[in-house]
Amino acid sequence: MTDKTYDGPPDYRLVGEHGMFPRTTHDEKARFNFLAHLNRHLASRILPGVKTAYETRIEPNNPVPNHRNQVRKQLLKDPLFQHWSAQRRNTMELRQQAGRWVTLRQAEAMNAKARDLTEGDERLELDPDLEIPPYLAKIDHHCMPGSYHDELVPGDVTGPANYDCGIFVTTGGGLGRFNDGGGHAVVKWMKTNRPDFAPKRILDIGGGLGQNVLPIAQAYPDAEVVCLDTGAPSLRYGLARAKEMGVDNVRFVQANAEDMSRYPDGHFDWVQSTMFLHETSVKSMPKIMKESHRVLAPGGICMHVEQPQYSPDMPLYEQAIRDWDAFYNNEPFWTKMHELDLDQWMVDAGFSRDELLHGGVAAVVDAELFPEHANDDVEDYGRKAAWHIVGGEKKAA
Amino acid sequence: MTQPIDPLALAGAKPKGKRPYFLDNPDVERVMAITMAVAQELAVMRERLDTVERLLEAKGISQADIENFQPTPEQADARGAWHQEYLARILRIYQQEIEALDKPDEPTSEDIGVELGQDG
Repeated sequence: MTDKTYDGPPDYRLVGEHGMFPRTTHDEKARFNFLAHLNRHLASRILPGVKTAYETRIEPNNPVPNHRNQVRKQLLKDPLFQHWSAQRRNTMELRQQAGRWVTLRQAEAMNAKARDLTEGDERLELDPDLEIPPYLAKIDHHCMPGSYHDELVPGDVTGPANYDCGIFVTTGGGLGRFNDGGGHAVVKWMKTNRPDFAPKRILDIGGGLGQNVLPIAQAYPDAEVVCLDTGAPSLRYGLARAKEMGVDNVRFVQANAEDMSRYPDGHFDWVQSTMFLHETSVKSMPKIMKESHRVLAPGGICMHVEQPQYSPDMPLYEQAIRDWDAFYNNEPFWTKMHELDLDQWMVDAGFSRDELLHGGVAAVVDAELFPEHANDDVEDYGRKAAWHIVGGEKKAA
Repeated sequence: MTQPIDPLALAGAKPKGKRPYFLDNPDVERVMAITMAVAQELAVMRERLDTVERLLEAKGISQADIENFQPTPEQADARGAWHQEYLARILRIYQQEIEALDKPDEPTSEDIGVELGQDG
């Protein structure tokens, strides 16, 4: 090695071990360290070579593509893209196995702890009759067996615990100590851009285990906050996790965001989603956006945080690489969602053009310990912890 | 007594959705997947050994010492640097393929041997 200052992923032992966090042995921590480094290596050392291969031996020898799918099909015949893809897929599978091993071997203790923390707590509202929407039931997103909703035993929380302890691997710690860099990012945006905004009620749609909504709840301690999701294990783990982290103003509600009729018109001052829309479908998204507009109070703000859209000025090669997760990491709606005209969909949901808002945010983390993605020149297309905001501000009545 | 959850059977469960294969020969992809899992376990062992060595350096060792070891920021950086070196070593073939991209007509050793063996 050279004497260059070390700039790789942090040690896994810096991850915040809140009370619900699965215990990890020395070797399990080391396994996550290896996988974080492997992801970083694939992004920083191999992927640039794929681009060179595209420019030097694919582009000159193939018809000029007019769509990212053509680029992808050309890439699929190239050995370097094949190997990068095979490695990336395999790394995701190794990550899931590593995390599941950690949580399944201590399932009984974890499930009992979650039960003790949530039983009888009215902030957990589960609906055993809720139908899991097809966009979640048909495929296990990011190769996570059981997705957000399957229970191996009644009261199971091992799925979300696996998500919580293993997501460090995919971003090399880029989401920070409690995987909540996205939540801190939107808080920073709001405090900077709307310093006087004082929401009384906040809704996080598709909030999963609540990792991104907790920083919002902490930043607005007087607000009533709702984390809405379809997955009972995530919500159960989420409430237990919130309590262990000392955050008490969040309710965890099992519901499908396509129908939020449990809430009256104009109920929430802030409607939020973070990396959620790409996991839905073209049929459900307009309903979700319409419902988001309906439950938003006059004077309120709606914000969806996502990866950047495929704009005409984004090179087809970049679009094809960004599309990788759609085809090979079980994020099937990813490709369609990133080509939609989200502004138009917001307008169709009820916002007027002059109510729309846009912005860019990067994960806010403890920069002494974790990589700051805003300043990081390693671009792991589709996975970098830097995002775009599309939203709307409902005019006051 | 039956164990309700069997980690050995379930940790590596297949996610819903058909698995894509990328290499021309799926057997090669299978071998690659196994090789990388072995590489992972070697990395785990190396990290554990590093822990033991650093503890030995300081004082006598116990299991609890090993389980609870926390590297200093400098030690963690050194470990991270080791990971980078390790991956560069075992994934060397990709680096060399990338380096060869701008040398499409590079002669093989056989070519050069033939050339060197030819009479003036």
